[in-house]
Amino acid sequence: MTDDHGPLTEGYDRTPQHSSHHIPKIMMMGLRRCGKSSICQVMFHNMPPLDTLYIESTSSPSTTVFSSFIDFAVVELPGQTNAVDPGNEELERLFTESGALIYVIDSQDEYINSLSNLHSIITRAVEVNPKINIEVFIHKVDGLSEDFRLDAQRDITQRVTDELLDDGLLNVPLSFHLTSIFDHSVYEAFSRVVQKQIPQLATLENLLNVVCQHSGIEKAFLFDIKSKIFVATDSSPMDVATYEICTDFIDITVDMDSLYTIDHSQTPALKAADTAFGNELDGTDPTFNKSKPIGSTTRLNNGLILYLQQMVKGLALVCLMRKESMPKIALVEYNIEFFRNALEQLRLLTV
Amino acid sequence: MAATARRKLLLMGRSGSGKSSMRSIIFSNYSAFDTRRLGATIDVEHQNLRFLGNLTLNLWDCGGQDAYMDNYFSSQRDNIFQMVEALIFVFDVESKELRKDIETFVLCLRNLYEFSPGARIFALVHKMDLVVVEKRQDVYKALMHSLEDTSAMFSFKVQGFATTIWDESLYKAWSNIVCSLIPNVGIFQKHLQSFADISEVDEVILFEKTSFLVISHVTGNRSPGFKSDSTRFEKISNIIKQFKQSCNKLRSQFQSLSLRGSDCSAYIDSMTASTMIMVVMANRAVPDDGTNGDDAVDGSSAVNLLADQDPFSGEAENNIILANIKIARKMFEKIENLSLE
Ligand SMILES: Nc1nc2c(ncn2[C@@H]2O[C@H](COP(=O)(O)OP(=O)(O)OP(=O)(O)O)[C@@H](O)[C@H]2O)c(=O)[nH]1
Ligand SMILES: Nc1nc2c(ncn2[C@@H]2O[C@H](COP(=O)(O)OP(=O)(O)O)[C@@H](O)[C@H]2O)c(=O)[nH]1
Ligand SMILES: [Mg+2]
Repeated sequence: MTDDHGPLTEGYDRTPQHSSHHIPKIMMMGLRRCGKSSICQVMFHNMPPLDTLYIESTSSPSTTVFSSFIDFAVVELPGQTNAVDPGNEELERLFTESGALIYVIDSQDEYINSLSNLHSIITRAVEVNPKINIEVFIHKVDGLSEDFRLDAQRDITQRVTDELLDDGLLNVPLSFHLTSIFDHSVYEAFSRVVQKQIPQLATLENLLNVVCQHSGIEKAFLFDIKSKIFVATDSSPMDVATYEICTDFIDITVDMDSLYTIDHSQTPALKAADTAFGNELDGTDPTFNKSKPIGSTTRLNNGLILYLQQMVKGLALVCLMRKESMPKIALVEYNIEFFRNALEQLRLLTV
Repeated sequence: MAATARRKLLLMGRSGSGKSSMRSIIFSNYSAFDTRRLGATIDVEHQNLRFLGNLTLNLWDCGGQDAYMDNYFSSQRDNIFQMVEALIFVFDVESKELRKDIETFVLCLRNLYEFSPGARIFALVHKMDLVVVEKRQDVYKALMHSLEDTSAMFSFKVQGFATTIWDESLYKAWSNIVCSLIPNVGIFQKHLQSFADISEVDEVILFEKTSFLVISHVTGNRSPGFKSDSTRFEKISNIIKQFKQSCNKLRSQFQSLSLRGSDCSAYIDSMTASTMIMVVMANRAVPDDGTNGDDAVDGSSAVNLLADQDPFSGEAENNIILANIKIARKMFEKIENLSLE
């Protein structure tokens, strides 16, 4: 495949070693100003939510390549109502190449227009690729009261499914998420979207279950450090508060660590900040003094303990424990090592 | 019986300049985001804060609307300006009437000159986030320049800070303000120094527990060349303070942190009833004597990772630090409870 992808491959994070043809894609669509760029900037480029006010709307598609347990590319299409005009081959090719389509609806605006836009997109997309997951983000819910949010979700779900039924489209893989860039909801939603794209998800979840059961861990997340997407979690029930404290804990660990780094620049081609996160830690560069993978532990006064250990490739395992498990910490660490090895092997299988 | 010292602090500035916002962030666990809920302050709001055992900070948050201001300088004059230890005057960088703000500042100085000539004067040039980065320094300098001249007329020396609630600059300003009011801050510094010397650590920082303002810090002289960021102290205040808020959301409180960092280990733990200590040690490359078989001897990546990760490596060192903290606690409790005045 050497064909030109036109402007579709124009984007920030294009890493040279893999062209974005071969990695799974997640598409993002939605009307203008619904918040697509904001979501991408906040999730993948660490933009503070308030700064999204100054994002200019773009007219060409942009791609963010995202490297984690799996690699995937988020392709953001500019908002337009006639996106699904027949004969748009580029769009059709994207539908076939994508595992998920995120459609963003601005919940603070009249959403009737976007619903008809969404409907035509879904019909076109599933025609081309019946397996594509349709993920509807009911976005900017920070402006709505709790009741209003649920009403909006109920209303939108109803309308979308009704219309699809009228067309005889029964088994469209369709999910709805309430999101806002001002809290953790967009991270959780994006995590759920990404998880569906991971073929080894079941294996990862099983591994996490085993680790939890044998170490007195209440809840464990495998996080992507940079984006705060959780790639997997054990099967115990999860609540948003737990997720939030875990991501905040990652933040302080990373922030505190970056305040005390030693300049390793004497050793060639090794920048301390890069080695700690994201970059390959499994390279065979035998540099002494190389930055270690990081870990941290915090105690709260209600007996809760958070334990973080960096894994391969910018991933971190974050566990929630009770202080009663602390005497067994050696066992916990042993089991986490076991998990790390399993993770390595799983990765080796996939590359 | 230890006598407590009360320190009266005046918070002044035009309405909307951010006085109540900063007070709520530093002393009442608000996030920068939460401050949007604050309404204009009616008249004067008093906040009494227990700080370091025997020190009580008595904050006078003076609502900045014109009607109240007029009163401060007329009927309430002696009440407001008597016994003031520090004036914290907040300038809004976006103010359309800077001239008037400066006039108010001068009025404050005039009254302090009369009622509290020993007061310390702090000027916070606030909401810096609203100025483009390249211009911040100039904006700040220009304003400070005009303030210095007027302050000198009343033989006050003004100390200025550029601040915003959206980053750590606020912590730097308030840490300086508060430290200037702690009588035994020198004793804390001295003992922190000996703690650092004895335990051979690379950095020690002492924080007040609720505000997480830095009280004192010592950097060891054999420190291994961390990429030194001179703003790291206030950054830590800011980082931990935000995490404390996350913990509060779980209806719980932050107790301690142990970081096994890429180049350092760090601990944060309670020191005394009202302080927390942070201890930092660099990860020094251990010369390979073959006994612990780590550090890339065989080039196999999996083994390296495992060895680096050995949960027991460095444990002895950690325990020594924890033991040292324990010993130092008694000493610091004593300093904290020293009778003031
Ligand atoms: N952009 C920006 N906004 C700020 C900053 N500090 C405070 N604000 C906002 O300014 C507004 C007014 O802040 P207040 O703290 O209520 O102002 P005040 O000085 O107490 O006003 P009065 O009580 O009427 O005297 C709030 O909405 C804050 O969120 C800052 O550093 N940057
Ligand atoms: N209140 C609120 N505003 C948002 C949210 N997400 C994005 N916005 C705002 O919506 C506007 C349009 O966002 P943008 O990302 O440019 O939309 P795009 O055209 O779909 O890429 C910006 O002013 C954002 O600040 C959200 O979750 N809540
Ligand atoms: Mg106020």
